[in-house]
Amino acid sequence: MLAGGALIFALVMVLLLLSFTRRAPAGGEARQLRVWVIGLGLVFPLAVLGALLAYGLVIGERLLAREEPEVIRVSAEARRWTWRFTYEDAPGRRTEGVLHIPAGRPVDVAITTADVIHSFWVPRLAGKLDAIPGHVNTLRIEADRPGTYRGLSAEFSGAGYGGFTFLVSAHDAAGWAAFVEDTER
Amino acid sequence: MNALERHRRLRAIWASEPGMRGWLSTVNHNDLGRMFLLTAFVFFGIGGLLAMLIRAQLATPHSAFAGPQIYNQIFTMHGTIMMFLFAIPCFEGLAIYLLPKILGTRDLAFPRLTAYGYWCYVFGGVMLLVAMLLGIAPDAGWFIYPPLSGAIHSPGINTDFWLIGITFVEISAIAAAVEITVSVLKYRAPGMALDKMPIFAWYALITALMILTGFPPLILGSVLLELERAFGLPFFQAELGGDSLLWQHLFWLFGHPEVYIIFLPAAGVISTVLPVMCRTTLLGYGWIVAAAVGLAFLSFGLWVHHMFTTGIPHMGLAFFSAASTLVAVPTAVQIFAWIGTMWKGRPELHLPMLHILGFFCTFVIGGLTGVMVAVVPFDWQAHDTAFITAHLHYVLFGGFVFPILAGVYYWLPHVTGQRRVFRLGEVAFALVFLGFHVTFLAMHWVGLMGQRRRIPTYAPEDGWTAINLISSVGSFVLAIGLAMILIDVVLHVLIAARGKRNPWRAGTLEWAMMTPPPAYTFASLPQVDSRTPLADDPHLAVRLARGEGYLATPREGARETLCVDIASGRPDMHVVYPANTRLPVTMSALTGVFFLSLLVKFYWTVPLALAGVAILACKWVWGNGRREDPEPVQVREGITLANAATARRSPGWWGTLFLLSADATFFGALLFGFAFLWTVAPGWPPPEWFAGAMVMAGIGGFGALIGPAAMRQAIRANRRGDTALPGIGLALVGALAVAAACAAVMVQTPAPMGHAYGATLLVLGGYGLFHAGLGALMAGFLAARVLRGFTSRVRQAEFSIVSLWIDYLSVIGLLVLLAAYLPGLLS
Repeated sequence: MLAGGALIFALVMVLLLLSFTRRAPAGGEARQLRVWVIGLGLVFPLAVLGALLAYGLVIGERLLAREEPEVIRVSAEARRWTWRFTYEDAPGRRTEGVLHIPAGRPVDVAITTADVIHSFWVPRLAGKLDAIPGHVNTLRIEADRPGTYRGLSAEFSGAGYGGFTFLVSAHDAAGWAAFVEDTER
Repeated sequence: MNALERHRRLRAIWASEPGMRGWLSTVNHNDLGRMFLLTAFVFFGIGGLLAMLIRAQLATPHSAFAGPQIYNQIFTMHGTIMMFLFAIPCFEGLAIYLLPKILGTRDLAFPRLTAYGYWCYVFGGVMLLVAMLLGIAPDAGWFIYPPLSGAIHSPGINTDFWLIGITFVEISAIAAAVEITVSVLKYRAPGMALDKMPIFAWYALITALMILTGFPPLILGSVLLELERAFGLPFFQAELGGDSLLWQHLFWLFGHPEVYIIFLPAAGVISTVLPVMCRTTLLGYGWIVAAAVGLAFLSFGLWVHHMFTTGIPHMGLAFFSAASTLVAVPTAVQIFAWIGTMWKGRPELHLPMLHILGFFCTFVIGGLTGVMVAVVPFDWQAHDTAFITAHLHYVLFGGFVFPILAGVYYWLPHVTGQRRVFRLGEVAFALVFLGFHVTFLAMHWVGLMGQRRRIPTYAPEDGWTAINLISSVGSFVLAIGLAMILIDVVLHVLIAARGKRNPWRAGTLEWAMMTPPPAYTFASLPQVDSRTPLADDPHLAVRLARGEGYLATPREGARETLCVDIASGRPDMHVVYPANTRLPVTMSALTGVFFLSLLVKFYWTVPLALAGVAILACKWVWGNGRREDPEPVQVREGITLANAATARRSPGWWGTLFLLSADATFFGALLFGFAFLWTVAPGWPPPEWFAGAMVMAGIGGFGALIGPAAMRQAIRANRRGDTALPGIGLALVGALAVAAACAAVMVQTPAPMGHAYGATLLVLGGYGLFHAGLGALMAGFLAARVLRGFTSRVRQAEFSIVSLWIDYLSVIGLLVLLAAYLPGLLS
């Protein structure tokens, strides 16, 4: 997308520069209209945008949360200025500020809020999705390998917004089992 | 009569009062246009200073420059001022100053309304500035999402300043939009058919129509949020049947068209200035008009792209993503038509042209990043980061500030009649261009690295320190450049170096007069047969001054002009404008008392202020009439026109029509809100439906149906020469019946503070009651006019205006009653 954008920008700049060097206008007004307005103004963007849109929709489709047997379900509830996480696999277990997930498995995060609008964003795992009062939004995330990922709340929420972050801890299979076990003890 | 004598007599008729008194009482577009522009640029300066504070705060990590409380106020006010107190008023000022001149007439349609709008803008803007000086400015971001901006999480007065101050300022936007629409459609030089209109007028017309349909949802949202904050009506509280998403829909239903409301006038400036700089005519005039109209329509269909991360259903995302990318097409048509214009002509690098090149470079980048964020998966990452901040500044600075600066340098010789002496502007342009791109290219980058917008500070470990510092240094270069432009303009005004008339050799009519322009603009009105009348006849200015046009003989001390048929431009009415008056400033001060009372919750002055405004409004309209039938006026050899007071579709009728279209959008947005809450909000259906007495519905329905019929009877009777009083009386009774039914809805609505359903019905009833009261007031006013002899078979203009309001009341009255009674009956 960036390269395509840069190319189009370069094209416009070259056309602008050339207008200062050329002297004789090519053809009559009708021909100029065909070239500039219909060719460059209508056909060119329609072709580029059509391709881009199709690409975006396909990618978006792939990001959609689908029903899979393997899916882990967790809940994330935001309040000013902390996130509370609960786990379907570990009832009664609640963590604050750190979300635990297994690596290599799809996870559905049910996002809600206790006060104002917030947004759940772990840049390396998925795009962001808002926590809106009265609604539950579900985001599919998946960590390829175990590790710690930084998460941010990405909707302005007042005075404590700047430091409103959290962590996602992705465990390997043994670690996840231990995390789930821990609650049942 | 020679040219000098004509000038003296016209000047005596049109002059404003001398000194400060003139500022308060002027209704002339020359004065008000300049006052509007000057005020807008003062706000631009203030908004710019706030931007400098933001960049100072973010220049280094762990900044202790301002705490979050102050910082939140700073960025909220920066956005608010730039959007509402700079960009929109700047367009209004430019259009007010330029339109009558470029259209070849003497003033705008409703001079007193221009003044009223200006003073509402000033008073509303000052309210916000006072809040800022007191440290209690709005602090929830410029789009103040509830529940953060609700009474629970923002208990202070800060948010009220935003809601009430901005609504006050929006009065000026609506007033100017009505004014501009009617002026472009009706107040043009004879012969100027729609297809011969200068391109700027097309852009102004489209922008004004967009303001009329774009701003009402915001005004509605502000009213609802203020009602929630002040009286606990829970429109946006999920636990009581409201939904905070409703605010986002209403806000962006305004907010996205707003972007094009800002861009289109700037595009109008480019379409006007660029061909002159290239010594040619615009390529593809018809295509450009069509593209601008297409842009206007499309812009209302893509507000949801500001809400891609709120959990919108997937199909909705695909639709709005497609619409958002599609909007690039009409933009591309305009961009390439302009470049084609440059190829067609011989571009010359004057100062306005430099700024236009700055526009191309900046705006194209902003457009391309805009297409990127229209792609949903990308937006899910970029949303609410500095990337978006950078994108919107490329669009708005590139798409508005550069073109406006081009316009400033292009029309400055027209405003002052002088020329530039020092070459400061070129250096200033270089600094502005360089500074802007350094600041905001860096901001794209740091946004992609994950820096959220609106954070007050960050840590060194984030790795953003160097980029932010570069961005801040760039912003100070930009500020120095803008300061140099200010100095350049001040020097231009102060150094009296007489300029040439028409220094750019332009072809449009605003240059066919002496500069600085006299208050009456044209000594006689031109006959127009092409899009570039001045290019066809370079001596037009002299011929008009000699009186070789329409209305060459000043009459009875009256400020005269004429109206034309909308499509053909054939003259069809003779108009006499009102003269200097302090009524507008007084009325906007009283309007200010109304808003201020709401702000400080001093409710007993609210009805007093409202009554005061109503009385002044009656006085305002009362002063227009005359008691004898006006003679037709000979406007030119062989052409005689009737006075506008004798027309069925007078300028006032057109103004009413467009005001009502804004009103209808407001009402439509309210019904949309009702439907949205019903279908989307959690907590529905409500615990209890409205179950009012059916007899009240019957009374209201009867009143709504009888009103329009009665007014038509009154009009027919008046035309026959019979008395119109029985018909008007019946219309008054009808309005009162609607008022009673709406009041009953308000009284009987179930628990308005307990559920959003009851609250919505309360507002619907209030809307109906307000309009019924207005209809009754107008019918009573008209009856008084008939009794005092201000109407006759010939003087019939006021009948059709009141009839229009009664018709509107009838439609909304029925819809309000349906919305109130139907759900209860069906359940």
